[in-house]
Amino acid sequence: MTWQDYLTPNKCNWCPGCGNFSIWSSFERAALKMGWNNSNTALVAGIGCHGHIVNFISLTTFEGLHGRPIPVASGLKMANHKLNVFVFTGDGDCLAEGGNHFIHAARRNQNITVIIHDNAVYGLTAGQTSPRSPKGFKSKSTPDGNIEEPLHPLRVALATGATFLARVYSGNIDECADILIKANKHDGLAVVQILQPCVTFNKEYSHIFYQENTYALGDDYDSTDKAAAFAKTMEWGEKQIPVGILYQVQEPSYESQIPQIKKQVLVATTIKKRNIDGILKKYL
Amino acid sequence: MKVFTFKIGGPAGTGITSAGLMFSKIAARSGYHVFDYMEYPSIIRGGHNVMQTSVSDEPIATQLQSTDFLVALNQETVDRHVGELTTTGIMLYDTDEKIVIKTMPIGATALGLPLHMLARSNTGSIIVINTIALGVSLYLLGGDLKYLQDLLDEQFAKKGEKVLQQNLDAASAGFKYAQDNFSQYVISRLTKRKKTLPALVINGNEAVALGAIAAGLQFASIYPMTPTSSILQILAPLQQEFGFIYKQPEDEISAINMAIGASFAGARAMTATSGGGFCLMSEGFGLAGMTETPIVIIIGQRPGPATGLPTWTEQGDLRFVLHAHQGDFPRLILAPGDVTEAFHLTMQAFNLADKYQTPVVILVDKQICENHESVSPFNYAKYRIDRGKFTTKKIANYKRYSLSADGISLRAPAGSGNHVIANSDEHTVFGYSSEESSVRQAQMEKRMQKLITCEQKDMPAPILYGPAKADLTIVSWGSNKGAILAALKECSRVNFLHLTWLNPFPTAMVTKILRQAKKVLNIEANYTGQLGGLITEKTGLVLEHNFLKYDGRPFYPEEIITKIKELL
Repeated sequence: MTWQDYLTPNKCNWCPGCGNFSIWSSFERAALKMGWNNSNTALVAGIGCHGHIVNFISLTTFEGLHGRPIPVASGLKMANHKLNVFVFTGDGDCLAEGGNHFIHAARRNQNITVIIHDNAVYGLTAGQTSPRSPKGFKSKSTPDGNIEEPLHPLRVALATGATFLARVYSGNIDECADILIKANKHDGLAVVQILQPCVTFNKEYSHIFYQENTYALGDDYDSTDKAAAFAKTMEWGEKQIPVGILYQVQEPSYESQIPQIKKQVLVATTIKKRNIDGILKKYL
Repeated sequence: MKVFTFKIGGPAGTGITSAGLMFSKIAARSGYHVFDYMEYPSIIRGGHNVMQTSVSDEPIATQLQSTDFLVALNQETVDRHVGELTTTGIMLYDTDEKIVIKTMPIGATALGLPLHMLARSNTGSIIVINTIALGVSLYLLGGDLKYLQDLLDEQFAKKGEKVLQQNLDAASAGFKYAQDNFSQYVISRLTKRKKTLPALVINGNEAVALGAIAAGLQFASIYPMTPTSSILQILAPLQQEFGFIYKQPEDEISAINMAIGASFAGARAMTATSGGGFCLMSEGFGLAGMTETPIVIIIGQRPGPATGLPTWTEQGDLRFVLHAHQGDFPRLILAPGDVTEAFHLTMQAFNLADKYQTPVVILVDKQICENHESVSPFNYAKYRIDRGKFTTKKIANYKRYSLSADGISLRAPAGSGNHVIANSDEHTVFGYSSEESSVRQAQMEKRMQKLITCEQKDMPAPILYGPAKADLTIVSWGSNKGAILAALKECSRVNFLHLTWLNPFPTAMVTKILRQAKKVLNIEANYTGQLGGLITEKTGLVLEHNFLKYDGRPFYPEEIITKIKELL
């Protein structure tokens, strides 16, 4: 395959400068490197600007409802756990509408990669505050400034049991592609928070902002130390946004603990009518 | 009616339902047809539980208002149910409970016995009071103690020798006490019949769960909710043996979306809930419709709105299920009338979901879900798995939503090598998002065509029970079937149109039958007459006579007979 093979006849319709372009590039770069194709991979997207990605990648996709890509991916993965399953979701999609699914996915530890397109604003509905918008953020829904504190998805995911947490700025395509590959290889739930500017509706978190305020975790950082990871998730602000793999530990994935799919995937065989006469006898 | 009714009542947590079910099984094994009906509050201990078993020489699927044999383990049972006793009725009551009997119906007999004392002296535990009461009842009804001993053995062997022996001792002690003290009261209503055919004593939830397994279920995600929770409790322990997955999700939104995800991978998938849970599933319902993803949804109705009456019955969700979700999409809604229909329609629902690539609802209610009926062992020999237009092969130039005359496109699962796009946005034949007028129109018509195809190819004619010519035609749906059929036996020149397919709707047949009818009576367990309204919408006929009930209780044949007599 070449990168052209991942293209579709559709023209990208994100705003010029949107962080989604580089997420798209990073994902295709990772896909090409790893050979993700329609036999071994499926994507699930929610609703928001991020969800349009399904129209621009020639990989099997389920574009579901706002806030619900995680449960769709969950069912898909249980039914065919050999597939690489990626969730594309936004900060509104994942953390507002889909918050309940997000925390339960973290403790469920399925071998799924959740990619949060985090632009800290509602883009597709044209500029309202999101759970990621900073305090004081002025938007169409908070004209006098956001009163609520922002939610930190990695902190939440860490608290609820996720085993792989990474953060990356969308503009670093190489690093982003690399982290997506590592997240996919991780046997368990991987959350990748991609800091992605919304050039139209969020003037605070611009490309420049992320370029100036993110810093890479050093080689001496121990990503298996939960307390250290928790401290890192507390950091946010000027020159204080750590990027890289904040946390990674190996715990048995959900799928590895389902005996029915030890030998083969659930959908491996053709469905047959089952004989239930033995069970019926118990009701005599 | 040659039906005998046995009722046992007491505080929740004292084994009323297990004793009631054992009685049903004893009667079934003795060669009778049975139906049991349970009333219980939405609490685990302390409330009033009561279970009634109807025993008949003929098939029966209804509870009755009258009680022939009442076992009262507490005062409340006496207060609530003593008035139901027939003129030859017997009430057994626990004298250790200081029960006061204010009045007894004329002719009925009250037999007191010290159940607590008997339990303590024979087994050392009062936990077996229900078993002692069963032993006494069996003797008085001329039943065979062996059936009770067999059942105790089946139920308690796994709990250890001590528990089993306690129960066996309790059964014998009760039987013997009755022999010594009540021999003059014996009425032989449980005498073993000459012909005993094997019969399942099974409820709707069990029928649905087993039907799903037989139909090749691969994935079920179900959040607990009365009255369908036992579906998941039946599925969960059987998943390894049969190789499917049961998953308890975080909520009903997740339940339906997980099922959709599994179906996207090609699995036969289902979920189950009640009306309240289906509120949360409404968005996923339409998602399955829009993305053309097959799923089976079991909805066990209970009285709403909101939390309503959690442990009682109603048919108030028909309009909700018919209309839930924004916009139009094809949905199949099937409403079985008894456990056998619940089994077969569930099996069929999986084929229909696959064939029409759309959600199929099995609409039942507490009355079917939780009450046991004795039925011939399900015969599913003729059932064939039909996955419709489905392929796991790689297809050149694959288009998930290609247009076709029957509205159905070739479905390939994720992982098949095809570029499959399931899209909740309106989409092109490939599945890419599109807002073009022509695309929208073509896809909408394609989806809705599936309902027409289904109506033509799969929808059977509704069944008209009773004589072809009648002075009164009853029309109803779902679980009212049992009570209405029992009422029909007592009335001549009355027939009954029972509807199990509610969407698509058998408009032509219903119009024909109701037009010819001299008088029509619509019977439904809801406030607004939802089926009546649907019939008017589909046929233009306005149903003048309605018998509607919305107190959480099922229809009783006695009250249907009264209603029929009013109209004739």
